[in-house]
Amino acid sequence: MAARIQVPANARRGDVIEIRILVQHAMETGYRVDDTGRPIQRNVIRTLTCRYDADEIFRADLSSGISANPYLQFNTVAQASGTITCTWVDDAGVEDSASQAIEVAG
Amino acid sequence: MKRREFIATLGAAGAAIALPASQAIAQVPDFDPRMLEIVTRGATITRARVALELPVLADNGNAITMKVAVASPMSVADHVRRIHLVSERNPVRLMAAFHLGPRSGRAEIVSRLRLAGSQWVAAVAEMSDGTFFYAAERVAVTVSACIDES
Repeated sequence: MAARIQVPANARRGDVIEIRILVQHAMETGYRVDDTGRPIQRNVIRTLTCRYDADEIFRADLSSGISANPYLQFNTVAQASGTITCTWVDDAGVEDSASQAIEVAG
Repeated sequence: MKRREFIATLGAAGAAIALPASQAIAQVPDFDPRMLEIVTRGATITRARVALELPVLADNGNAITMKVAVASPMSVADHVRRIHLVSERNPVRLMAAFHLGPRSGRAEIVSRLRLAGSQWVAAVAEMSDGTFFYAAERVAVTVSACIDES
């Protein structure tokens, strides 16, 4: 699973910054069948958690109602220079993460 | 009959036919907030403070851009705790729940949805004091998700 995370490289303390993440994942609904007619097992990202250093700042519980290759855009307040990390886990138990550093002035 | 008169008659006839059809489209029943009881569990809910942006018409139900914003100071004392997305007709009615807090700064989320057909979509905001607010939009989907191969 690959992902792209976008966080502004620089910010001033107290700014509301936008975090955007695009995860490559089929978000298989479980309602489709394969070429031989057998149902394809559901496999969606259940939870995506975003941490600013050690603190959890955002969490999303997802379902098959979210598009394949889920895209999420949310906000946080820039507090200190550090790392923003998003971690997600799917129905198959596969876990992955993406992170980006942010430089905070002031 | 002169050609000009004939065309005028055609126009009048056309208007007479078109009118009942447009009235039928306008008669889509308004959103029923009872659909949100799976989130509120009987608590009172108000249609305010939440702005939900969705296309009126979507060609493809597999990726519909959605933006939800809740009017809130996002302070420690008064913030949005959760935003729930509820679908009227999807097999999974609770499409997503987003957990926010004072560190969010702004209660605004953009994502992309899958919709199984034309339906109402609602965004429910659960505030830090336990109150609920919502917004609902109707989306017409030409090609529904779930049934095709993508």
